[in-house]
Amino acid sequence: MAKLSLDELSSMQYDVLREIGNIGAGNAATALSKLINSKVDMKVPKVLLLGFSELASHMGAEETPVVGIFLSLSGDIDGMMLFVLDLHSARLLVNSLLVNMGVPPMIAGEDFNEMHLSALNEIGNIITGAYLSALSDLTRLNIVESVPALQVDMAGAILDLPAIAFGEIGDKVLFIETTFNEESNINGYFILVPELESYDVILNSLGLG
Amino acid sequence: MGEVIKVGMADLKVCAYPDSLTTLGLGSCVGIALYDKVTRITGLAHIMLPDSTRMTNNQNIAKFADTGIEETIRLMLLKGANKRRLVAKIAGGADMFNMGAAKKSMIRIGESNIAAVKENLKKQGIPILAEDVGLNYGRTVIIQSENGAFIIKSVGKPIKEI
Repeated sequence: MAKLSLDELSSMQYDVLREIGNIGAGNAATALSKLINSKVDMKVPKVLLLGFSELASHMGAEETPVVGIFLSLSGDIDGMMLFVLDLHSARLLVNSLLVNMGVPPMIAGEDFNEMHLSALNEIGNIITGAYLSALSDLTRLNIVESVPALQVDMAGAILDLPAIAFGEIGDKVLFIETTFNEESNINGYFILVPELESYDVILNSLGLG
Repeated sequence: MGEVIKVGMADLKVCAYPDSLTTLGLGSCVGIALYDKVTRITGLAHIMLPDSTRMTNNQNIAKFADTGIEETIRLMLLKGANKRRLVAKIAGGADMFNMGAAKKSMIRIGESNIAAVKENLKKQGIPILAEDVGLNYGRTVIIQSENGAFIIKSVGKPIKEI
C-alpha cells in the first residue's frame, strides 16, 4: 500500500482529493438550496497544504468570530470534519430557515440565541450529512458521523482541533476547502480532515492507492 | 509603550521590557507565560500537544508542552533571567465543542495539554501564579513585561487580568 506523505502528494492525488471535495460539497450545496429555497452554487474546491500560522489567517484573522460545526468520523475512515461559516452567512441561513415559522429575522450584529443556534445546528447537520453521504457513495466506504457540535468563537480556537490532529504527524495542515459562491451570499468552508492512514483508505477505495 | 510581539501556533518567543508578547485564539492549545520580575525578561509559548517523546515527528520543539517549556526557559536564561525567580501563568486548553464525554483521545486534547503543562512546570520548579484554563471557549492572551500582567480576551466576555 502506497503510504501518503504530506509533502509528496502527487498531482493525481491532489486531483482526487479535490474531486472528493467537489462531489461532497456539490451534494451539500444542493441540500442547502432545498433548505433555504434559493440557488446556492459553489466554487471549485481547493486542496491546501498550509503551515499552522497560515491556517487561521487564511480564513480571515485568528480572532474573528465564526460559527464552527464539528463532527468526528469513524467506521472505515477516521477523522473529523468542520464546517465553518462567517457570522453574516450564519444569520442569513438562520433567517431563511426561521422566516417561515414567523420568527423575527436576525439583524446585523445580533447575537445568536438558543433557537438560532439550534437552527444552525440543524443546518449543519443536513449539509455535513449531505457532504459525507456523497463521499460514502463515491468511495463505497462506511462513514459513521458523530452528532454535530456547534460553537461560535474565534477562528483560531475553532481551527485548533484540525491543526492539532495534523500536529501529531507534521507541521502542516492538509485540507479540502470548498466555498459557496458569493452570489448566494453564503461563505462557508468544509474542512475534511481524515487521519493520514485514512487518506490511503480513500485513495485505495478509488483504485489509486 | 513597547512593541506587542506575536507568537504563532506551535511557536515561542522571549522579550524584554518594554515589549509584550501575545498569542491569538487559543482553543485546545495552551499559552504558557513565564516571567522574571527582577530582569523583566518575559517568555510565551503556544503549545499544541502534551508530549514530544510520544511523537516520531518532533523537530518543532515549540509544538510540545515538555520541549516548549524547556526551550522558553533556555532562551530566557540566555537573555539574563534567573531560573529561581521564574513564575508562570497559563491559559487555554479548552474543550471547544464540549466533547468531554467522547472517548477519542484526540478530542480531549485540551485536558491532556493542561495536565502536561502543569507537570512540566512542576518538574522545572516553576510555580503557577494564575491560570484560566479549560471550559469551552477560545482565548487571546497578552503577557506584559512591565509588570507580568497576563491579560485574557474572549468572545462575548469581559477582558480579564490574572
